Amino acid sequence: MSGEKVVEPLSFEKSAPGRKGIPWPVCDVPTVPVDKNIPAGLLRESPALLPELSEPQVVRHFTRLSHLNFSIDTNFYPLGSCTMKHNPKVNDRIVQIPDFAGLHPLRPHELSQGILEILFEVERWLSQLCGMDAFSLQPSAGAQGELTGILVARAYHEHRGENRPVVLIPDSAHGTNPASVALAGLTAVTVKSTPDGQVDLDDLYQKLNKEVAMVMMTIPSTLGLFEPRIQEIAKKIHEAGALLYMDGANLNALVGLVRPGDLGVDVLHVNLHKTFATPHGGGGPGAGPVGVKKALEPFLPVPRVALENGVYRRKFDRAHSIGRVHGFQGNVGVLIRAYAYMRLQGAEGFREISENAILAANYLKAKLTPLFPKMPLGACMHEVVVSGEGAFGPGVRTLDVAKRLLDHGYYAPTIYFPLIVPEALMIEPTENESKETLDAFVETVRAIIAESKSDPDKVKTAPHTTPVRRLDEVRAAREPRLRYRP
Amino acid sequence: MFIPHTDEQKKEMLAAIGVSRFDDLLGALPKNLLRPKLDLPSSLSEMELVRHMEELASRDHLAQSYLGAGAYEHFVPTSVWSIALRGEFATAYTPYQAEASQGTLQSIFEFQTLVCELFKMDVANASMYDGASAAAEACLVAAKHTGRNEILVPETVHPQTVRVIQTYLAHSGARVKTVPCPSGVVELETIKKHLGPDTAALLVQNPNFFGCLEPHVKGLSELVHSAGGLLIASTYPTALGLVAPPGQYGADIAVAEGQSLGLPLAYGGPYVGLFACTNALLRKMPGRVVGQTLDADGKRAFVLTLQAREQHIRREKAMSNICTNQALCALAATIYLSLVGKNGFQELATLNFQKAHYAAEVLARRGFPRVFAHPFFNEFAVRCPVSPETIVKKLSEKRVLAGLPLGAYFKDRADQLLVCVTEIKTKSDIDRFGDLLAEAAR
Repeated sequence: MSGEKVVEPLSFEKSAPGRKGIPWPVCDVPTVPVDKNIPAGLLRESPALLPELSEPQVVRHFTRLSHLNFSIDTNFYPLGSCTMKHNPKVNDRIVQIPDFAGLHPLRPHELSQGILEILFEVERWLSQLCGMDAFSLQPSAGAQGELTGILVARAYHEHRGENRPVVLIPDSAHGTNPASVALAGLTAVTVKSTPDGQVDLDDLYQKLNKEVAMVMMTIPSTLGLFEPRIQEIAKKIHEAGALLYMDGANLNALVGLVRPGDLGVDVLHVNLHKTFATPHGGGGPGAGPVGVKKALEPFLPVPRVALENGVYRRKFDRAHSIGRVHGFQGNVGVLIRAYAYMRLQGAEGFREISENAILAANYLKAKLTPLFPKMPLGACMHEVVVSGEGAFGPGVRTLDVAKRLLDHGYYAPTIYFPLIVPEALMIEPTENESKETLDAFVETVRAIIAESKSDPDKVKTAPHTTPVRRLDEVRAAREPRLRYRP
Repeated sequence: MFIPHTDEQKKEMLAAIGVSRFDDLLGALPKNLLRPKLDLPSSLSEMELVRHMEELASRDHLAQSYLGAGAYEHFVPTSVWSIALRGEFATAYTPYQAEASQGTLQSIFEFQTLVCELFKMDVANASMYDGASAAAEACLVAAKHTGRNEILVPETVHPQTVRVIQTYLAHSGARVKTVPCPSGVVELETIKKHLGPDTAALLVQNPNFFGCLEPHVKGLSELVHSAGGLLIASTYPTALGLVAPPGQYGADIAVAEGQSLGLPLAYGGPYVGLFACTNALLRKMPGRVVGQTLDADGKRAFVLTLQAREQHIRREKAMSNICTNQALCALAATIYLSLVGKNGFQELATLNFQKAHYAAEVLARRGFPRVFAHPFFNEFAVRCPVSPETIVKKLSEKRVLAGLPLGAYFKDRADQLLVCVTEIKTKSDIDRFGDLLAEAAR
């Protein structure tokens, strides 16, 4: 926690032989000798060196570690493109209901009617909100959703007897887009952006030909901008026989307001850990459901959930399916949380979410404009991307300002992304942050900018009050120490 | 409920922006598509929501389950989730700003250490989505590392894992070559026949899908290595309190579904894929990795490292497309293993072994003998006197899950039922299960 300079030893360093944190019950069945039943060669030779700690030691260790984190619950976390919104506490209670927690994934459908109804409903809600015809809930995260969506698109083209090896991706896209395309065995070709951050249409249309399977666009873009010509672009893409894929990372700006399917999107993935308020968990678990239009539905992963004569079933009989991307049904616990969030919001609530997210971002943009000489013109959507160029004192970079924000108890915005904006700071306030918080944040940015001119070294060496100071990342990569050794 | 702005504040904000109406901010959006009518219900209060969810949950209430097959019912100490769900962990993002994320980073460093210890491998990553995708990514690494294109996958590997591998490999240039295992384990002679200059790796699941311990792991390891391929071992972490870990028999990559380490069954996820490998493969390992370093004051600290392998740096040339993983599940596993401890982990494995062996003996006595004579850990296949589907249906009516009928995956095993018994079953549970099975077979 900010202000505290705590060092917490590793659990292994607190271990002492013979301690245990949980006793197991005494074995109540007649026993057989292990070595008579398993040959010595198949047994473990030496034990795993797990730490030996009492329960109170374990509880204190991890509670103290938790204090070293910034989080939404404790800090404003304006991390652009990540939608760090409030995660409702009631969902923690719901996922721990024993009859949910204890559900085995291979149960027969007769004993899974409650959970199958939830999955069926999540698919219906997502289809309604996104204007799509069907969803697969299997992908575990956005990147796996992308892979799934690309494989589905590829299967669709191949089924029509077309070989389309290319996927067009704007240079402002997330790195997962080209990486997922490569994993699906296709070639990513970059489309340029115009100086104002929109897709360069001349470049796009020039590259759009019979080789192109799909165009992947983030809507709104990673610059927080809505492409006003999106319907025309979709039309051109369809005329070329290609599909429009939407990276749904920024859906929080649109949900309830405009449906991607109505804009001409054929495939999209949704990050439930963003728009649908499931916890980011320090880097997962997320969920990346993939939505498609009717023509692509036959290619979605199996199993799918269907309602037949009042009974929910898992369906495997899909001849054209791309197969499985998850060992079971996906991150169901995350899907349950998303469902609960949907029911809390209702149809109306989602419109309010996107409107208030847009309002907050534009308010921040207006307040920050006097501080940044290269602020782009016009309205943004749910996040504002500013360039630090020319804003700070001598030698002070965006990275330094981001680190200095930590000293003031704010997590840093996303920095140096999108790649096309020099010294970028990407700020996403979400619908949850109060005007008071936004005002205080702006005042802090103002103070840091002033400090960057009066005392640049103070900013360049920030942070000063976090549990650790700036880290030697080169050392970490050159001499990798990736595990504890006694 | 979650939106703090008063009407007055909204007006002030619009004034500061310099527009008179909110819709002035939506100029880029197509007017005719704005605010579509949605066929969805209106909002519930928290009180109504809880009631609704409890009702849905109660529909699937179950008394007991003997179903395993890749997802296992183990006792989860209360403190695991009481700590893991603390907001400071659960509502933090990926630890990109290391100075404000040491809690998450140190816990991942401990997680990587624990995975290395469990598997007896050199290095581990910060987790994958699940065991199946971890196995698939391992196959991709093997193909890349060896420059070869064939992955030998015996029938004793979980069929659903195989399907995920096939999806991931579909367009990679590599392919799955299925190895038949009529004896229920991987035989050396069969592998010899399948090995060749194209073999990138042999994937072995141990304990295997039928619950058997693979008897020839050391020999298999030598065989595949002498043919220039890698050994990928997929395992069940709880078994490793007793059973040889992948590093002990020479695996190059070890993967596992980590669900048994403190995660609820939750109808299939979120789980956590464990991934570890030898030092030689370190720079080809997919996913995030945390390393130890020093801060500006010379103090020990932790940071995401070796990011040059990852998608946000390398884009289409990255080792994998994975970005978000299963950090909170990895944290839960870390807390779980810290509580269970070195001796407790061995005791737990022994308890599973004893309960399952007692159950196998009871079931045999009630007319359900084991199919395979191979050594096993806590799961085994039995031959049923009537169809396994009938058994499962009859026990379902009593809200007991008898196990997994193997006929759904293997046509020639239509009379077999896969049964799992963990530490949570008492002697009287097992005796009653024997009674129920005998009754159902009548």
